[in-house]
Amino acid sequence: MKINHPATAGTLESSDIQITLTPADSGTTIQLQSSVEKQFGEQIRAVIAATLTKLGIEEVAVEANDKGALDCTIKARTIAAAYRAADNKTFDWEEINAWIN
Amino acid sequence: MDKLRRTMMFVPGANPGMLRDAPIYGADAIMFDLEDAVSLKEKDTARMLVYSALKTFDYSSVETVVRVNALDAGGDQDIEAMVLGGINVIRLPKTETAQDIRDVDAVITAVEEKYGIQVGTTRMMAAIESAEGVLNAREIAQASSRMIGIALGAEDYLTSQHTHRSADGAELSFARNYILHAAREAGIAAIDTVYTQVDNEEGLRHETELIKQLGFDGKSVINPRQIPVINSVFAPALAEVQKAREIVAGLKEAEAKGAGVVSVNGQMVDKPVVERAQYTIALAKASGMEVD
Repeated sequence: MKINHPATAGTLESSDIQITLTPADSGTTIQLQSSVEKQFGEQIRAVIAATLTKLGIEEVAVEANDKGALDCTIKARTIAAAYRAADNKTFDWEEINAWIN
Repeated sequence: MDKLRRTMMFVPGANPGMLRDAPIYGADAIMFDLEDAVSLKEKDTARMLVYSALKTFDYSSVETVVRVNALDAGGDQDIEAMVLGGINVIRLPKTETAQDIRDVDAVITAVEEKYGIQVGTTRMMAAIESAEGVLNAREIAQASSRMIGIALGAEDYLTSQHTHRSADGAELSFARNYILHAAREAGIAAIDTVYTQVDNEEGLRHETELIKQLGFDGKSVINPRQIPVINSVFAPALAEVQKAREIVAGLKEAEAKGAGVVSVNGQMVDKPVVERAQYTIALAKASGMEVD
């Protein structure tokens, strides 16, 4: 999946995470702001990175603003942001369902 | 008998915290809303969020229902995601004809076949929200073997009738009774509309007593605070439970003897009375009453 332009999914409400993806020239960077950074920062970054890998995205800058989201929310917001950034309006459920859990 | 459906709680599909907490409030069913509770520009993210929640959280203590969008407004994508996520029931809003149900049934069947899910696993219910829908309720209720219930959506319906809600609900009398008859004829559940005045507990209690007396199985709920009020109205009286226990004991005795007729205290008991007694026992158990 190719990131064509910046796109965002998620909100700043409690239990949510706002993910913004921006095209990058090389590699993946994740800039995280989280109220639970000390305890869960590493885990949140790992979930975002793993989800991007599953989507075949290798060059992207991620900005994540976390408000205590669980893993399933982090995955859902990352996938939604990626599809938006790739101008792909229909989720490939068969593909996503093969790896999401 | 089928499941209890005293309370069916709306849960906005775009809210991760509510998706997580929804099963803890004691509703018999939770209804994820991908339709009116989600803005047009967030349909994609809500669809993904509810799918991901279904794949993650343990909703086994409740019946899971999803209110999808119309087929020409992303409903087909909603259905694919929700069936794949393992939803129990697809609820179609603004149902007007039996064809609406058959169209959704066909989409569900295609998804079940695509993913190797046994055809018929996913059930359906219809929300009726217009004069046309009410008048077609009989055909709607019988339009698919997937159907488990029909629900009245009063707000849109009353707008179409050029009126509004009142305390005694006279304006809903025809729709409630007609939907109820259609449901009973089809052998499925009848769910009453939401009570929108969240802070008016007495009004909610009064309306619930009315629809319970009419014969409805339950109500849609927009706030967790409404659940205990409705459940308490549906809780049977102790005397009813005692009588129901005697009838069910009589049934067991008759079955043990191989007798075709159930009798209690020397009196023959008809089949409908036995069925009502079983329903009363189920309500008592769900209300936390001692039954066994």
